[in-house]
Amino acid sequence: MSQYLPKKEDLTREIEERPGPLKGDFAQKEWWEMPFEFREGNFCFPAKPEVIEQLGFPNPRKWMPTDEDWKLPDGWEKILLDGMKERLKKYRSIKLYLDTCVRCGACVDKCHFFLGTGDPKNMPVLRAELVRSIYRNDLPMFKRVLRGFAGARPLTVGVLKELYMYFYQCTECRRCSVFCPMGIDTAEITIMMRELLQLVGVNNNWILAPVANCNRTGNHLGIEPHTFVQNIESLVDDIEDVTGVTVEPTFNRKGAEILFITPSGDVFGDPGVYTMMGYMLLFHHIGLDYTISTYASEGGNFGFFTSNDMMKKLNAKMYHEAQRLGVKWILGGECGHMWRVVHQYMNTMNGPADFLDEPVSPVTGTKFSNAKATRMVHIAEFTADLIHHNKLKLDPKRNDHLRTTFHDSCNVARGMGMFEEPRYILDKVCNSFHEMDENTIREQTFCCGSGSGINAEEYMEMRMKGGFPRANAVRKVREKHKVDSLVTICAIDRATLTPLMRYWNPGVSVYGLHELVGNALVMEGESKRTEDLREEPLKGFEDDEEDDEA
Amino acid sequence: MKKVVMPLVIVAVLALIPYIGVEYAGLDYLFGVIMPYTAALVLLAGMLWRMIDWLRRPVPFNITSTCGQEQSLDWIRQDRIESPSKPWHAAVRVLSEVLLFRSLFRNNKAELRKGPDLVYGSHKWLWLAGLVFHWSLLLIVVRHARFFLATLPAPVAWIEHADSFLDVTVPALYMTDAIVLAAVSYLVIRRLLDAKVRIISLQTDFFPLFLITAIVLAGISMRYLTKVDIMSVKALGTGLAEFSLDAPGEIGALFYVHLFLVCSLMIYFPFSKLVHMGGIFISPTRTMLNNSRAKRHVNPWNAPVKFRTYAEYEDEYREKMKKAGIPVEKE
Repeated sequence: MSQYLPKKEDLTREIEERPGPLKGDFAQKEWWEMPFEFREGNFCFPAKPEVIEQLGFPNPRKWMPTDEDWKLPDGWEKILLDGMKERLKKYRSIKLYLDTCVRCGACVDKCHFFLGTGDPKNMPVLRAELVRSIYRNDLPMFKRVLRGFAGARPLTVGVLKELYMYFYQCTECRRCSVFCPMGIDTAEITIMMRELLQLVGVNNNWILAPVANCNRTGNHLGIEPHTFVQNIESLVDDIEDVTGVTVEPTFNRKGAEILFITPSGDVFGDPGVYTMMGYMLLFHHIGLDYTISTYASEGGNFGFFTSNDMMKKLNAKMYHEAQRLGVKWILGGECGHMWRVVHQYMNTMNGPADFLDEPVSPVTGTKFSNAKATRMVHIAEFTADLIHHNKLKLDPKRNDHLRTTFHDSCNVARGMGMFEEPRYILDKVCNSFHEMDENTIREQTFCCGSGSGINAEEYMEMRMKGGFPRANAVRKVREKHKVDSLVTICAIDRATLTPLMRYWNPGVSVYGLHELVGNALVMEGESKRTEDLREEPLKGFEDDEEDDEA
Repeated sequence: MKKVVMPLVIVAVLALIPYIGVEYAGLDYLFGVIMPYTAALVLLAGMLWRMIDWLRRPVPFNITSTCGQEQSLDWIRQDRIESPSKPWHAAVRVLSEVLLFRSLFRNNKAELRKGPDLVYGSHKWLWLAGLVFHWSLLLIVVRHARFFLATLPAPVAWIEHADSFLDVTVPALYMTDAIVLAAVSYLVIRRLLDAKVRIISLQTDFFPLFLITAIVLAGISMRYLTKVDIMSVKALGTGLAEFSLDAPGEIGALFYVHLFLVCSLMIYFPFSKLVHMGGIFISPTRTMLNNSRAKRHVNPWNAPVKFRTYAEYEDEYREKMKKAGIPVEKE
């Protein structure tokens, strides 16, 4: 267990016993008088100087949030306030969302970080008020009047530290924006604040190191092309061990019909690799003419958590590579924030993608008209269409060893609106699927607690708190329906829900949707399947037993 | 509780100003004619300026909050309101926010119990109080057309009629008067008794609630208790509606308190959170269509960004790529 993680009993006691507004305890202070403290476990390490230098970002230096002096550049207040003014001019959303909040309180108990920490400054409205208080202070003529009346305050080092703390306790999940009668999206404010804090060198290594890697090698983990290929080839061997089938992915192949891009976590991380095996089995099953790029080998985009320009810079590789390879369209793997970027930003930033064709499924002939401009299709849309047209030979009994529930990933849910496709697929590839409580799924889904680039080891304590509402909902569906498998369509989820489940709900494993598809696929020429892709025994398919007659 | 007392004091002072001004200084003209014109001008110009100020800022990205199934495969049912793909879908979405407070209707309440266990209960009170509060205010404002127009338009007469159908007092009780007081009380009490909402509340949240309460109380007492000269009020109102500059007749000071508080609200409006009245119509997460993959959204300030090209990448890794059998552009 991580040194940054308290014992479960201690954290349980803390959650149950600490007083706070969630339990109806009245605060004796105004929120701006409430102290906060950086201590081990509640901050991510700042970016290393060499990473900052590699990216050409300002103020590279060694520092820690626990230091008294953060070594801010001269005139940092002006940098931040000018930066804010500039962004207020560039984004209607931010201006509007700073101006129109009525503090009605609909959002107060909707944030997973508030529910997990009980800290009032994690109420979405107060998170935004941290910024609004400075924003209001910037109207000189009303300054004195406004301070007390409208909650304005000057930007001090203390306020800057507070911004750093609380804008990394927001995962840009947008759950609050669902409930807001004004449609205020805290993610917009968080995105701006993180971008501003970068300007004075107040940052996060867990985000910026992958950004630097991704820029240079094409993926977050900094994997060079030959290693990338080797890893996928070892997955090919694993597939052969389990199924007896040899799948044949190709790399950087010109003239392929489809470029497939998925988060690099699927290539390197456990349990993501099993999802990758599922994709490759699927593509082999339908004889898809596809290729994988080592250059655009990252679906995820930590630039999204850094700055608008960085997001665009990293994302540009997708179209650049698709054009070079001369593919017809792009197919994207399971990922959350990748899909927010692809769905809502990519074509605007790096389009138009005239050099691609409007996507058509080569197997079913279905035109993906909802992706006709961006020309990138989500794997769940693609697979749901295949299943709907009876193009896959599936045996859902091969997932009978799993009792599943489905976790909607924030970005796919609230930043894309994909709810039915993954459920349809899940329903077809396994026999046991139970939903969690209605207030915790679909558009009301809870974040894994570690999204938006805060899944750092040193942040474990906060992650377990932020993920508590999700874990709590899983615990309940587990008690009710003996669920032991949490299925998701997000690479970050696969990486972060695993420790979350280990901590709060031991015995629940995390699966990618296409891993289950891979388990269920009846491949041509396969050997007798007795194990799933994790090489765990299949129920009812054991070696020495006669097959159950259905 | 400074944040409650201060706004109360401000409202009390605001109420005293016209009372003293009219009773002791004879400033009827200032409070009866100059103030209403000024306030109307500030409200209109202010809100217009706020709207223009918002609208001239670009919306660089499509940031729809998708609260329902996107339009995708033909056989999957799209949630056309929560994930709009056509302008009329979004129009219904925004109007249902404006007229019915659709998102607020989703509201639930999280409770932390022993275990620890989080449970979510339905909690529609804020929606209900908010909705009747706003609708009552709107109807009350519409009803006031009686004081500004020589002949009353039929719809206003219907509203008056419907609003007073209970007919339990003399003159007949307007339901909206009672409802708005009940709703505003709930909204104030909630800000005090709900620990979460108390923390987030600022002076500027209590102030408009108190101000509106004072306006309503002054209005109610003029109608049901302390009568003022209604003919003079109507003469002043119709005069104002016709941009007349005539001095008002003899009206009780209470009327000027009512009027001045209304003027204060109008002036306060464009500089406060009350601008949400305009903002709700243009909130990008609700107004935009979830069609960003089907139709390219254009960002007016989209500037080119230098990225690492494939050629640069291959230059660094060419030998390794060749060894691994990965095709390269240059041998």
